[in-house]
Amino acid sequence: MNQNNMVAMILAGGRGSRLHDLTNKVAKPAVSYGGKYRIVDFPLSNCANSGIDVVGVLTQYESVLLNSYVAAGGRWGLDAKESGVYVLPPREKADANLDVYRGTADAISQNIDFIDTYSPEYVLILSGDHIYKMNYAKMLAYHKEMNADATIAVIGVPFEEASRFGIMNTDETGRIVEFEEKPANPKSNLASMGIYIFTWKLLRKMLLADMKNPDSHHDFGKDIIPALLNDNKSLYAYKFKGYWKDVGTIDSLWEANMDLINENNELDLNDPTWKIYTEDTSTLPQYIGPNADIKRAFITQGCVVEGEVKNSVLFTSAKVAAGAKVIDSVLMPGAEVEEGAVVTRALVADGVKIGKQAVVGSADSKNIELVAKRVKGVE
Amino acid sequence: MCNAFGIVNASGNNIWVEGMQDYRPIGAFSFLGRYRVVDFPISNMSNSGIDRIQVYVRSKRPRSIVEHIGTGRHYNINSKRGKVHLLFAESNSENDIYNTDIAAFSENLEAISKMHEQYVVIAPSYMVYTQDFNALLKQHIDSGADITLLYHITDNAKEEFLTCDTLNLNKQKGVLSIEQNRGTAKTKNIFMDTYIMSKELFIELIKKAKKVSSVCTLAQIVNMECDELDVRGVSHRGYFSTITDFKSYFDANINLINMKDANNLFDPDWPIYTRTNDSCPTQYYETANVKSSVVSNGCLIEGTVENSVIGRACVIKKGAVIRNSVLLPGAVIGENVLVENQLVDKRAKVIHVKELVSPADKPGYIRREDTL
Repeated sequence: MNQNNMVAMILAGGRGSRLHDLTNKVAKPAVSYGGKYRIVDFPLSNCANSGIDVVGVLTQYESVLLNSYVAAGGRWGLDAKESGVYVLPPREKADANLDVYRGTADAISQNIDFIDTYSPEYVLILSGDHIYKMNYAKMLAYHKEMNADATIAVIGVPFEEASRFGIMNTDETGRIVEFEEKPANPKSNLASMGIYIFTWKLLRKMLLADMKNPDSHHDFGKDIIPALLNDNKSLYAYKFKGYWKDVGTIDSLWEANMDLINENNELDLNDPTWKIYTEDTSTLPQYIGPNADIKRAFITQGCVVEGEVKNSVLFTSAKVAAGAKVIDSVLMPGAEVEEGAVVTRALVADGVKIGKQAVVGSADSKNIELVAKRVKGVE
Repeated sequence: MCNAFGIVNASGNNIWVEGMQDYRPIGAFSFLGRYRVVDFPISNMSNSGIDRIQVYVRSKRPRSIVEHIGTGRHYNINSKRGKVHLLFAESNSENDIYNTDIAAFSENLEAISKMHEQYVVIAPSYMVYTQDFNALLKQHIDSGADITLLYHITDNAKEEFLTCDTLNLNKQKGVLSIEQNRGTAKTKNIFMDTYIMSKELFIELIKKAKKVSSVCTLAQIVNMECDELDVRGVSHRGYFSTITDFKSYFDANINLINMKDANNLFDPDWPIYTRTNDSCPTQYYETANVKSSVVSNGCLIEGTVENSVIGRACVIKKGAVIRNSVLLPGAVIGENVLVENQLVDKRAKVIHVKELVSPADKPGYIRREDTL
């Protein structure tokens, strides 16, 4: 906290229902990505690398795994004195009924007491389900430079896609003059990344008012930001350049993994100055068999490859047996493809086995096939 | 919980690994891409429920082992009850003959006396094997022996393990003597430099050894006591290799490319811990051609790799061919370079020299951080 007077709060309660079976038992931030990571590793590592010491993680939906996962703050180096990752699920309070978080803003409102214990000058609000690398210290510097009440990180998106996002319309100084949620005719292409820096005193006041407002959705995008604009507060857009992905669907999760195979991909997980930290697993290095054929792939420790792997990402301890083919696919942790099986354009969920000679997915399918249950092969 | 503390012993002055040991003690040698040799004894102890471990460092260059072990937290030891304690074993004597393990123990006798566990397990930092020390301790206590020694039966004692000691056993597995392996017979009981005894007896032996000779080793004093004490051998099963010279280090790596041998060493229920480097997964490019190899994370592979061990964050450029070689972390092999039967030390770059080929029985060594 003493480093920059800012506490980060990661909103990690969402289910991500369009990820179907992948989020039946775990919240979206806990979904595996990029061979060895979970999505929430990205905001957590960004915090650690940006010099933020105190991170609250607001969990709600299927939070058992996520709570224990993020509680080990040492994984991201967030375990020094005065530092830590704090799991904040909804809780019973003396003066209110036990209630779930009713919206993104409500999740913060219900933890005002937590933030107050650190009496920070600034609060950083993050989403737990985005994949990107960002230096929040630079954003804070911009927030201070602009003397802003709130700063919202934005990214330029193609105009034809802009109507899928919350769009910020700014003046020439970068000050936000209007916010439009999923506009039919977007006036700008600056999409909100769901990353906000607020001056805590002001946000605290807004949240207390919002809690009492019966018409509010208790949501940052729908309520807090419009209210701030209404009050003529100074809101600035902080333009982010680089890789940023909100993986809402199986197709986009697959695509985000595939991005890693490309040479000079924008995310560059190999950058020693901005590492993404994660759980340390005690597995062997990768074992590549005598008949393996690997081209264009991103493979991590614990994997055993004896067959063919083309254009694919293999997560921790995934196995591809001799004679098996994995093409344009993602094998999540512990997934196994047995002898002679063929997996094409598929995302095989954690620990799922594809039996001998089985065929999964196809090269000309429109969507990526999610394989979440064991596929029986020839016995 | 195990009623023993652990000692990870440094290699003696009879062992020298050419090249590699100029830079670090054997315990800090990179092993199979992502480990260091000392991870094996410490993980064995940690998995056995031993949570107070002394690691002896006898090296003029302790930097890398100190850095690797650090707080010892990655060895899964309770951070309040347990401790990995680095102890320095160099008596600063000009003559290395004085730098015996006994000299190191007697210099640190206070740290040994302070341990509250009743027994001590002593294991070397230059041998690779897995062993449940808690089971071994139970066997030791049940047998009523004074000292239990671990050994491995080999049929290859004429060619291998030549700097090791052997156990001369009677039919009841009583140890008659400890002798150097002179390569005179095929089948031998190779002593794994692993001991279990009571702390009390251990301290007594340290003091006794000092009186016998200023250069006496633990193995020598135990050998001398074989007549007086009940010293017994227990046979070890599973993978076992020793790192006592350059060739044995090279072979220990290459031999584990074979999945069968690797499965004999690595058990999912007996994890080998190491310090994480937070490297991302390895990138295989369009032109990559990797077969029969062990590859660590963080590599960028565009070339051909066969029957080799590739350490963390190695770069293998287009057209490069690597055969029967061991690349330590951060090595770079440039475009169209042929590397065969080589050990390339950390962060060395082979770019200008286009062919590095040594005979299979005499692998070459490229020094750390060199550019060729």
